[in-house]
Amino acid sequence: MSQSESVTNGHGAVIPTEPMFSVSAKKKAIWLFIIADGATFTGCLLVYGFLRNSAQTWPTPFQTSTIANAMLMTFILVTSSLFMLLGVRAAKANNKSAALRWTLITVLAGVLFAILHIREWHAMIGEGVTLFQNPWNTPLFGATFFSVTGLHLLHVLGGVVALLWVGIGYNGGRFRADDLEIAGIYWHFVDVVWMFVVPLVYLLNVSR
Amino acid sequence: MFDAPDTQKGDASAQYVDSVGKYFVVYVCILLLAGLQVVVAYEPITLMSTVTRMMLIAIAEAGLALVFFMHLWAEQRGFLLSVVLFVGFIIFTMQDSWTDSFRIKFGVPDGRPKTEVMK
Repeated sequence: MSQSESVTNGHGAVIPTEPMFSVSAKKKAIWLFIIADGATFTGCLLVYGFLRNSAQTWPTPFQTSTIANAMLMTFILVTSSLFMLLGVRAAKANNKSAALRWTLITVLAGVLFAILHIREWHAMIGEGVTLFQNPWNTPLFGATFFSVTGLHLLHVLGGVVALLWVGIGYNGGRFRADDLEIAGIYWHFVDVVWMFVVPLVYLLNVSR
Repeated sequence: MFDAPDTQKGDASAQYVDSVGKYFVVYVCILLLAGLQVVVAYEPITLMSTVTRMMLIAIAEAGLALVFFMHLWAEQRGFLLSVVLFVGFIIFTMQDSWTDSFRIKFGVPDGRPKTEVMK
């Protein structure tokens, strides 16, 4: 009865009821969070689109090396999603060691993504691109780029912490397979957001 | 009518029965779509065409991830419909600012250049 909800009648007897759509409260909560967070990113990307469209000029400075780095980051993030799937699959099969192993590999991939991202930021700052100025006289370029990618990076780092916490907790018996699945759903969401950030922020600003 | 085809009954939450091969196929499809976006980025077409094509590809990628990676397809159809409708409503209601962005660029909502308006 752990997955189902229950109500009591006037005499105190417990009447089991089926949760709506047979989705547990935890899963409903993570989906509601994902919808809300998705709306945040949608708003950020729409603002970026608005500013880009309304600007008289907009720089397209990204060389092939930057695009190659972005695609490498995409490959790492999508692969980490696959690893997370394998981890959840192992957890559902009650294989704790395999689940922890795949979760830690996912965490490592997330850390690698963050390192590549910060390295790219460092290179751009070295070229004079900051939040409020850049060599192309369009201050909003830097503000939008760092805001959107920074918000995503924050979500990646949060996901790394969450996966570590839940993965180690699951191995130690504190969490269940469903909890690891929920952490995995968040990680896939971070991947989905990146699928929209790359074309709008990187690929639309390719230097031709 | 609302039962997902790839779940096991007997538990309140969905129990997925996906194979590793299925995950791998979806993974490869997502990477190929990402590569396609790079090809589109370098094509000599207008900005609007580039944006449209890239967004369509991104929606396809996200759809694959949502359905297979996040197992939205494995949940009951009522839940899936609720998520889709709610998200669609949010995205639809956010689209009211585009006339402003064209007005800032061209001076009027219907897109006539500023110089013509000023004469």
